[in-house]
Amino acid sequence: MKTPFLRKFRIFFSALVFIGFFLVFVDFKNLLPAKYINILLSLQFIPSILKFFDLKTIIAAGFIAVVVLTLLTGRTYCSFLCPLGIGQDIFSRIGGRIRKKFRRYGYKKPFTVVRYTLLLLTIIVSLIWGVYMLTLLDPYSIFGRSMTFFISPAVAVLNNLLEGILAKFDIYSLIHVPVVTYKPFVYIVPALFALLIGGLSLTKGRLYCNMICPVGTLLGLLSKISLLRIRIDEDKCTRCGRCAIGCKSSCIDFLKYDVDVSRCVDCFNCIKTCPDKAISYGIFRLKRKNVNTDTDPERRKFVAGAVLMFLGIPSALRGQEKKAIQSTKESTVKENKTCPVCPPGAISIEDFQKNCTACSLCISNCPTGALQPAWLEYGIAGIMQPVMDYHKGFCNYNCTKCIDICPTNALHPLLLEAKKLTQLGQVHFIKDNCVVKNEKTACGACSESCPTKAVYMVPYEGDLVIPETNPEICIGCGQCEFSCPTTPFKAIFVDGNPVHQVAKKPVTTELEITIPEEFPF
Amino acid sequence: MKRRDFLKSSAGAGLAAGAAFGLGRYDDLLTSRSENARYDMVAIMGGSPDAMFDLGIQELGGMETFVKKGQKVLVKPNIGWDVVPEYGACTNPLLVSRVIEHVLKAGAKEVYVFDNSVDNGPSCYKTSGIERAARNAGAKVVPAHTERYYQQVNIPGAVVLKTVKVHEVLLDTDVFINVPILKSHDTTRMTACLKNMMGVIWDRRWWHSNNLDQCIADYGLFEKKPVLHVLDCYNVMFRNGPRGISRQDLVQMKSQIITTDWVAGDTAATKLMNLETSRITHISLASKLGLGTMNIDSLNIKRIQM
Repeated sequence: MKTPFLRKFRIFFSALVFIGFFLVFVDFKNLLPAKYINILLSLQFIPSILKFFDLKTIIAAGFIAVVVLTLLTGRTYCSFLCPLGIGQDIFSRIGGRIRKKFRRYGYKKPFTVVRYTLLLLTIIVSLIWGVYMLTLLDPYSIFGRSMTFFISPAVAVLNNLLEGILAKFDIYSLIHVPVVTYKPFVYIVPALFALLIGGLSLTKGRLYCNMICPVGTLLGLLSKISLLRIRIDEDKCTRCGRCAIGCKSSCIDFLKYDVDVSRCVDCFNCIKTCPDKAISYGIFRLKRKNVNTDTDPERRKFVAGAVLMFLGIPSALRGQEKKAIQSTKESTVKENKTCPVCPPGAISIEDFQKNCTACSLCISNCPTGALQPAWLEYGIAGIMQPVMDYHKGFCNYNCTKCIDICPTNALHPLLLEAKKLTQLGQVHFIKDNCVVKNEKTACGACSESCPTKAVYMVPYEGDLVIPETNPEICIGCGQCEFSCPTTPFKAIFVDGNPVHQVAKKPVTTELEITIPEEFPF
Repeated sequence: MKRRDFLKSSAGAGLAAGAAFGLGRYDDLLTSRSENARYDMVAIMGGSPDAMFDLGIQELGGMETFVKKGQKVLVKPNIGWDVVPEYGACTNPLLVSRVIEHVLKAGAKEVYVFDNSVDNGPSCYKTSGIERAARNAGAKVVPAHTERYYQQVNIPGAVVLKTVKVHEVLLDTDVFINVPILKSHDTTRMTACLKNMMGVIWDRRWWHSNNLDQCIADYGLFEKKPVLHVLDCYNVMFRNGPRGISRQDLVQMKSQIITTDWVAGDTAATKLMNLETSRITHISLASKLGLGTMNIDSLNIKRIQM
């Protein structure tokens, strides 16, 4: 196929995907149903691998589709489906606008050692210790964090400007969104990656994808045996070199009529650029000369690693499941939180940490803002993973949004009715902080908002009532803590359960009240 | 308020007719008080929420008694909770839409609906069914979940609550109709007309930590008072209020109280719930501030059985 249609299709398709991802992360009004979000997320390579090996069902195996796609078409994933890749293409385009030089790439040698070392390291760390390398390097998660930490707040500012203008004209179709900021330290990693990837893509095209990204490297290896590839017709080529200059992967060695398929992301720009129509995208035919004669030790290592990864992850995970978790809720120091509260569906902090790559999708979608990126709440390994912060918000009783959209299955599927009985933590009342005791005036903000009446009011002095708690039916949603007006310390707080428990159902009985026949006044 | 005022005045500066119109509306505001109403209170029993309101407002001389042509009207239901209508935590959407229809029929230029929910605002608007009902009835549903919508006002004569941040739409409208729902309440024992005002202000936490009952009463002194209270007593939550945990918390009383005196309305409501009115601190405090009467026997009440 030589038609410029391919490139146009790529631009159109990737624009759709990118807009989709963009909207998912700035969905301030929670308008997008989870099922559509999940369609978009299901083909993200790393999240779907994690989900697959956690759920162990073929339904969650979007990554297999990506592997098949790569075996057939090469690294189309990187150009069509990866939001970080598409974002880089946009940046490259902007870069070209700033300085023409930025878009003149030319052939460069691959960073073979760097990329395969990183891939191997990622696989080894993931197999032995956990998702830490994936958290850092998974392109989708990097994209997600950039959206949540930088783009989404910026969009919120714009939204609020527009909303303010519209409100002046009595139009309230937009809603004002609080511009969220997180703890300063959690910005470090997202900022470094945003600068690195932003800078590289602005001036060097897809260098990040071909040097650091483990998904890019892995799919690059698979593309070496892909069916469809970019080819240069030696009879037509006049060696003008335009394709090489325009190639953002710097992978066309036009002097040798060679395209490095492990780096080619199938953007199809070269097809359009070639004045001689010498470049086409089609079924690969073996060239007679110098094909794969020398073996690459790195490649051997990789193959072993990849096999390990596919076979090893499920068993590695299964091994970890049996580990018991040290319960920390026995502590007697009530004022201090002994354990962070992890989001519903996590099952336990340990379970959750195994799969969460801190893509921050749940954080940007939490309607109350209770989900915040952690700093050291979970320890060093849990930086940027979502944690419930009940000073910022509370877990909405009727909401399962984070569970519904989690792409890696770090938050396991939970029906609303089950979520309503999932105890994330337990309530603790500090009477000495309470307004009712100290001010001798009515308050009850905690009990008022409690969805299960785990916090209720009992008679106190005079006509006053004071809170009392029933931790058995508490689900740890934090609405009491959020509502409590005392500062700087709340009079009521939720201490997290390291392993989520099942709360008892609130007992209800029939009311014995006779409906008056006529008005009692 | 200031921004809106500026827009209004700049528009008015160019138009002498506009200024005259403004004056006319001001006159309307004075006459739209309850003097024309035939009764102080209408209590209806035995019908659906909308049908009861039809009958009740007719007894009060129709919505025209309270709303004049071209006025902007705020209808303020209780949308405090992310709970479906069957659980009786928020005002019945049927009633809200019927009130809006009457207001529009009386010639209102625009009807606004909002509430500063306790649960997540946008979810409450949706789950309660009120957003849809109000929109279908022709009202503008305005968000109220962030501080940006609120403006500081003074309350002269208040004991505690000297200043408070209220929703800009409240300040911008000519007529205010309060449509609360009667429920038990953990803290204040019951919630009805007076307590419903906690949804037009921003900082509820301040109220809770600074003598809640006095704040509720104090707020009643604010000049922008509701001209009419439509108290939904169809499904009355008798325990676990104000949110409720199951439908078993409800008693179907199929009643409604429409009144121009909120203290009287709340007093009547306590009697419906078989509570001792004097023990509901915020009602007695409001009565002391002269916001209305707790002596409802002295009032002209129309009682209707459907």
